[in-house]
Amino acid sequence: MMQLAEDVAIVAFSQTPSHAHFNDSEPAMIMPCVNSVVEQVGMDRHDIDFTIAGSCDYLSGMPFAFVMNIDAVGAWPPVYESHVEMDGAWALFEGFVRLQSGDIDTVLVSGSGKCSPGSYREGFSLQTDPYVHAPIGLDPRTQAGFQAQALIAAGRATERDFAEVVARSHANAKNNPYAQLSGDLSVDDLLAEPYVQQPLRRLDCPPTSDGAAAMVIARADRARELCDNPVWIRAIDHRIDSHHPTLRDLTDSPSARIAAERVGLHNGPVDIAELTVTYSPEEIVLRDALGLNGDTAVNPSGGPLTGSPFMAVGLTRVIELARAIRNGDGGRGVAHASSGPALQQNLLCVLEGDR
Amino acid sequence: MAPRPCAVLGIGQTKYKRRRDDVTLDGLVREATLRALEDAGATFDDIDAIVIGKAPDALEGVMMPLLSLCDALGAVGKPIHRVHTAGSVGASTAISAVNLVESGMYDTVLTVAYEKQSEGNATWALSGGKSGGQGAGGTFAPWIRNYIARSEAPEHIGWMVAVKDRLNALKNTYAHLHLPDISVEKVRESPMLWDPLHFLESCPSSDGAAAMVLGNDDIAKKSARPPAWVISHAKRTEFGQFPGRDTVRPQAGVECSEALYRKAGITNPREQIDCAELYVPFSWYEPMWLEGHLIAEEGEGWKMTDAGDTELGGSFPVNMSGGVLSSNPIGASGMIRCLEAANQVRGTAGEYQVPGAKISIGHAYGGAAQYYAMWMVSSELNPEL
Repeated sequence: MMQLAEDVAIVAFSQTPSHAHFNDSEPAMIMPCVNSVVEQVGMDRHDIDFTIAGSCDYLSGMPFAFVMNIDAVGAWPPVYESHVEMDGAWALFEGFVRLQSGDIDTVLVSGSGKCSPGSYREGFSLQTDPYVHAPIGLDPRTQAGFQAQALIAAGRATERDFAEVVARSHANAKNNPYAQLSGDLSVDDLLAEPYVQQPLRRLDCPPTSDGAAAMVIARADRARELCDNPVWIRAIDHRIDSHHPTLRDLTDSPSARIAAERVGLHNGPVDIAELTVTYSPEEIVLRDALGLNGDTAVNPSGGPLTGSPFMAVGLTRVIELARAIRNGDGGRGVAHASSGPALQQNLLCVLEGDR
Repeated sequence: MAPRPCAVLGIGQTKYKRRRDDVTLDGLVREATLRALEDAGATFDDIDAIVIGKAPDALEGVMMPLLSLCDALGAVGKPIHRVHTAGSVGASTAISAVNLVESGMYDTVLTVAYEKQSEGNATWALSGGKSGGQGAGGTFAPWIRNYIARSEAPEHIGWMVAVKDRLNALKNTYAHLHLPDISVEKVRESPMLWDPLHFLESCPSSDGAAAMVLGNDDIAKKSARPPAWVISHAKRTEFGQFPGRDTVRPQAGVECSEALYRKAGITNPREQIDCAELYVPFSWYEPMWLEGHLIAEEGEGWKMTDAGDTELGGSFPVNMSGGVLSSNPIGASGMIRCLEAANQVRGTAGEYQVPGAKISIGHAYGGAAQYYAMWMVSSELNPEL
């Protein structure tokens, strides 16, 4: 369990709906989120001490695409700012770490991505090892298929289990105004659908989504000044597994297990888990790795199967959890972000309400 | 709580060259990493977290490369994240790694930056992925002309910087360009690329990686080799274009150095800092940054160059290692500035050591001269200024 020098809270958050296609630029998508969070805490944009964003050039199809995004956060007069080429959840990680030094008070965090202009499978196959895997087009959906097959072969899950994850996610999303997909689906109907990547069917996979998210986090004293109901970030940690599928047991997530231990996940009740379940079998792997049982509501927002704006989707999990805690749906929970094929890299963030 | 003190404990670099086709990307980053670990007297087991950086993924065509490099970096089971802030990224990455140590959450952090430019076409990528773009030199040349007009600098200043940095590089075995017969005449007679920049006033395109092991004060006190204390760091960003922007002396650069000096208690950088590794990819940026980072008064930077003050042996040596003009694996170039500044205050700079250097700065800039990252290192945690 990590020792922290400073208590840090989320004091404001905002997200766009998960759009099938957002018909404007990425900065135009981020800007309303940024405007909203600074307004929520009554701050001027330039009162923020540090700003950090997460995005991915390859999604935008252009080197230095992230440079355009500073239009959305405002950079005149000059700002103290940084960027990670990762999901916004890792921007949150760095912002949280930065606050631990105790010499600044507030951080603006954002994450954004537009998947709709490109081909997600083609683009993300370039995430894999460039010498062996990328040339054969080993894309994330193919690796998710490997993971699903491995779970079935190990007797850990059936296709019906995957369909149940999908049906529950879509049903949960009915209450989420930001979700892209939602509705009542019957497991039998889902199982009657054709495979897109055996044993995965269309709705075992995420929709193509555009979206952005932003939040303001602050050190304890400042957090109390800025809002009446801060949501405390008790711990945050992320870990990675080997890149090579043949070196991994795809039915397990050792990196998520380590992160769970590091954040002290079970040192208190886990009422809610917002997990980056990009493909339905990942929920089965994560439930085991995180040691979640029936006491935890998993993805009450519907999760990424109902809206998956890459580079914002992990940060959005944190926001969904913060909102649920503010609404009193639970007192303590965990948000999870993931990067890389078949849950290669995993981040956990434990949030707790104000007591 | 105050930030936990942080020091550079190990430094590793690869040989920089036009094409490192003897190694994969994994091999390249591992080469620098193993050297940094050896220098620090550490092993992968000692590393608590890893921060990597590089310029756009499109330079090598590998998306989010930390995923495929994590095995080579010994990162499996550990935190690893990736910074990208355009050309300033090497220095920003080092600063992010410092943040991890200063937070108290991680005791020992490995930071690595690299570029393998031979895998792609950097000028294409630096033009925003558009063919026929102007590249970096084409972007900066008009601003350089503006500087010359404003400062009334004579044209030989750029040539002098080009010669000085290449002569310094002869003392650095890792440097890409070794041009023993470089001269002002040769620079002047080399082809004009972007007026006023000649071919020999421009940086090369390099493959290479740089790495550092950083640790907190407890770890540093146990270190066998001298630590370089990171006594200050700063970053600033501004928009790349808007009416009235001063592109010669961008405000973000001024404010970045002000923040850097303020935190370290520096009131007279020219006198209190012993030497600097500044990001000078095109010759004229030496006087421009001397002014833009408040080391010289406005209009006076070129006079320091002209008087030989910035030479090794001068009163304010700049780019003792040969600088970006001699080695430019883009994403690593900023980290190289930072680690060479650390080499000076550790006394490990070999033939290009500034005798008795106690305080040094590493600097990088990026985008349309809109991203700035700087750090200050010292042989002592609380140096007397």
